[in-house]
Parts: sequence; structure tokens; C-alpha cells
Amino acid sequence: MSGVRVLVGTRKGAFVLTSDGKREKWDISGPLFAGWEIYHLKGSPADPNRLYASQCSGWFGQMIQRSNDGGKTWEPVGNKFIYEGVPGTHQFYDGKPHPWEFKRVWHLEPSLTDPDTVHAGIEDAALFRSKDGGQNWEELSGLRKHGSGPRWQPGAGGMCLHSIIQDPKNPGRMFIAISAAGAFRTDDGGVTWQPINKGLKSLYIPDPEAEVGHCVHHIAMHKARPGVLFMQKHWDVMRSDNGGDLWQEVSGNLPTDFGFVIDVHAHDPETIYVVPIKSDSEHYPPDGKLRVYRSKTGGNEWEAMTRGLPQNDCYVNVLRDAMAVDSMDSCGVYFGTTGGQVYASADAGDNWKPIVRDLPAVLSVEVQTLA
Amino acid sequence: MIRVVMPAHLRTLASFQGEVQLEVHGAVTVRTVLDALEARFPMLRGTIREQVTQERRPFLRFFACGEDLSHDAVDAPLPDAVVSGAEPLLIIGAIAGG
Repeated sequence: MSGVRVLVGTRKGAFVLTSDGKREKWDISGPLFAGWEIYHLKGSPADPNRLYASQCSGWFGQMIQRSNDGGKTWEPVGNKFIYEGVPGTHQFYDGKPHPWEFKRVWHLEPSLTDPDTVHAGIEDAALFRSKDGGQNWEELSGLRKHGSGPRWQPGAGGMCLHSIIQDPKNPGRMFIAISAAGAFRTDDGGVTWQPINKGLKSLYIPDPEAEVGHCVHHIAMHKARPGVLFMQKHWDVMRSDNGGDLWQEVSGNLPTDFGFVIDVHAHDPETIYVVPIKSDSEHYPPDGKLRVYRSKTGGNEWEAMTRGLPQNDCYVNVLRDAMAVDSMDSCGVYFGTTGGQVYASADAGDNWKPIVRDLPAVLSVEVQTLA
Repeated sequence: MIRVVMPAHLRTLASFQGEVQLEVHGAVTVRTVLDALEARFPMLRGTIREQVTQERRPFLRFFACGEDLSHDAVDAPLPDAVVSGAEPLLIIGAIAGG
């Protein structure tokens, strides 16, 4: 392995941070798409030079950008996201029916095997797929047309489909999550879907067995063990050992079980990371201390990682797509903050350094490990 | 030729600097000018008019000859000065945001 490329989406453009395997010195390029919100950018696992970016703006709407040279040059591709059929309604904040309306692309998930196939998770929540490098998009409408669709409701950030996880051992299986509907799974390549929310307890929902309505913030999986999922919910860190059929809480000794990000160590499927955030409404680290919590036991027992992170007067947030890991021999962990810092640890979380301190608010962080 | 002035972000997106000159056949209206603009720069589709409804995006306005034409019918003829090329059609982004 010769190096890493960190792809950072911010409120005002994208940045590409590169380093060799030591991950001590960094080159920073950007802003790309200056002035636009870059919700997410991600590289193809099948071709690391193929990148996709979601570029949007309150003025000009949604663009999708594609690079074939690792982010040096970009070209706009298709931005037409049209719901299949008559979209119908979901619930609005006030509980009334509200028409499904496209707002933006939150997350792009390239296929594990084909650089031209990429999935898009959008707001209002739906899943789209392109098989031609992002030129044309087709809705996998079986998700939105799942019987529960009219009962889905937006979270405070909008009704976004933000997590897309492909099962590397079973091409027909995929997991997605929507705030605030919950998590769903397909076992037939996206034709039909089932909610996988059993075991989630959300105190704001009167029905303790509610099939949907859960404010899932992010889900994560280790590629070697695709039946095990980890979830950061609005409150509660959760784990499922059966592909989402049943969840159990593993918040353990966290100082708060609220947060947005969750990720898994590249080489140890039982080592997971979260960044606890104080809530409701504050949405900054407890006690002004920015701490990554690591569990080496797949949850329940957590240790605070603080070395190199600010331990006083820190009031930033870490948003749901703003943590990633590389797969270097010593696993690198990265996260970005709403204060514009991108922190990196080259030793699995023991020690941290900022790669860059003063970017616009960070919306997403992805990492490519380059051969 | 019809002259069109775009906001800076759309010029960047289209990789085109300066004023666009377009040939528009038939009636010169907001709709036909935007159709011609999008035909020349396909990447602008969806950035000025919403993809599905073809409605003007809320934070954009159309001006010409000192007048705000944003609420005129999209099939209404544009002023003679725009048709003759004496004046441009201005696509203006709202001075707003953070």
C-alpha cells in the first residue's frame, strides 16, 4: 500500500487530502466546486480513479460530478432524479401527508465491482441507481413503495437516505437507512425491501414495536463479516448479529449515546468507533471535550480516545457521513467537524492530529487506500 | 443573436466565460431561450428550471431592459431589444445565503 486519499465534502466545496503510507505529511487540494455544498464524494472500489461527487446549491439545485483521474478533473453527469410513477405522499413534520419531492443527493455509493454502477441516496428518501457512470438514474422504487412509505417522516435534517451498504459476499443484499424511517434490507438486488428495525427503542414513538419511524443516523459493517451491523441511532448505539433481523443496544459506558457517526476498524470487525455528542439540540461534544470512543468488544465497553484532540472549549459537531477508515496495515481513522477540522489517526485511534484545521463545515469524509 | 448573461456559478459549470450568444428559432421567449441555452450546455439542465416541473428555481430571476420578467408567462415574447440583441437576458441569482 502506497498511500491514502481522503475525500472531504464541505458546505462550500470539496477537498482532496493525500499522503503516503506514513500519513504524517499531507497535500491539500481544493476547493473543488467552490461555493457549492458537497454532501458526499466517494471513489469506486473497482477503480480508485473513478470518483463521484454530489454537488448541490440552494440556487442551482443538484449536480453529480464524475472524475476518471482520481479527482484531478471532473465532468458533470446526469442530475435527473425522477421518482418512479406517481410519488404519493409521506408524513411531514406536522404529521400531515406531504408529496414526495426531490431535494438533494446525500450519499453516493459506487458498486463494489463495476465502476459505472453507483447508487444514490436522496432526500426525500429514495434510492436511485445508475449503470452508466452517473449519466442516467433509475429509482429502485420497491423501497419507497414498501407499505410503510406513507408513514415515513423527516428528521430535523430532512427525510434523507444517508447510508447504503452493499454485502460483499451476497450481491443481492444491501442495507440502507433513512432518517427518520429506519433501516431496510433487500435480498434481491433492490427489487423488494423489508424494514429491519426490531429491537430499536425510540422513546418518542408511542408504539414500542414500531416497524418504522426510527431516527437512524448511520450504519456500518465490516466487509469480512457482513451479517454484523452497527448503528448510531438518534439515541442508542446498536448492534445486530443477524443482518438486521434483531438489534441490541451496546451503548454501555458512553458518556452519551447520541451521535451521528459510527465506523468499524478495517482489520478487526469487533473494533468500532463513535463520537458521542450532547443532545437534544446542543449537538456538540459533552463537556467541550472532543473524544472518539473506541470499543474493542463490538460495543458495551468503550474507551475515550483523546490524545491530540481538543479537551476543552470544543463545541463542534461530527456529522453522519464524516468518519471513515483506511485499510493500511495500521488502520487509519479519520473524521471531520462542523468547525472545519479533519482529524486523522494513523494508529487505530490512539493518537490524533489535524490534517487541516480551517475548512468550511465538513459534511462527509471518505478514504481511499491506494496501491 | 440572443445574448444571455448567467451567474458566475453557472458559467463555471458550463466552462464558459462571458456572455452567451444563442440563435433562437421562432418566437423568442424565456422558454425558447432557456431551451437553446440548455441545448448548448446540457449540464445546465435542472440548474435554472426544476427538472420535473420546469418551473424557475426560486432563487433565480430573469431580467431584461431594467425589468423583472420572472413572473411573466414563460411563453410571453421577450422585449424587442432582447430579440434584436441590443440588450441581454439576465439570469440573476439571489443575493442571499451564508
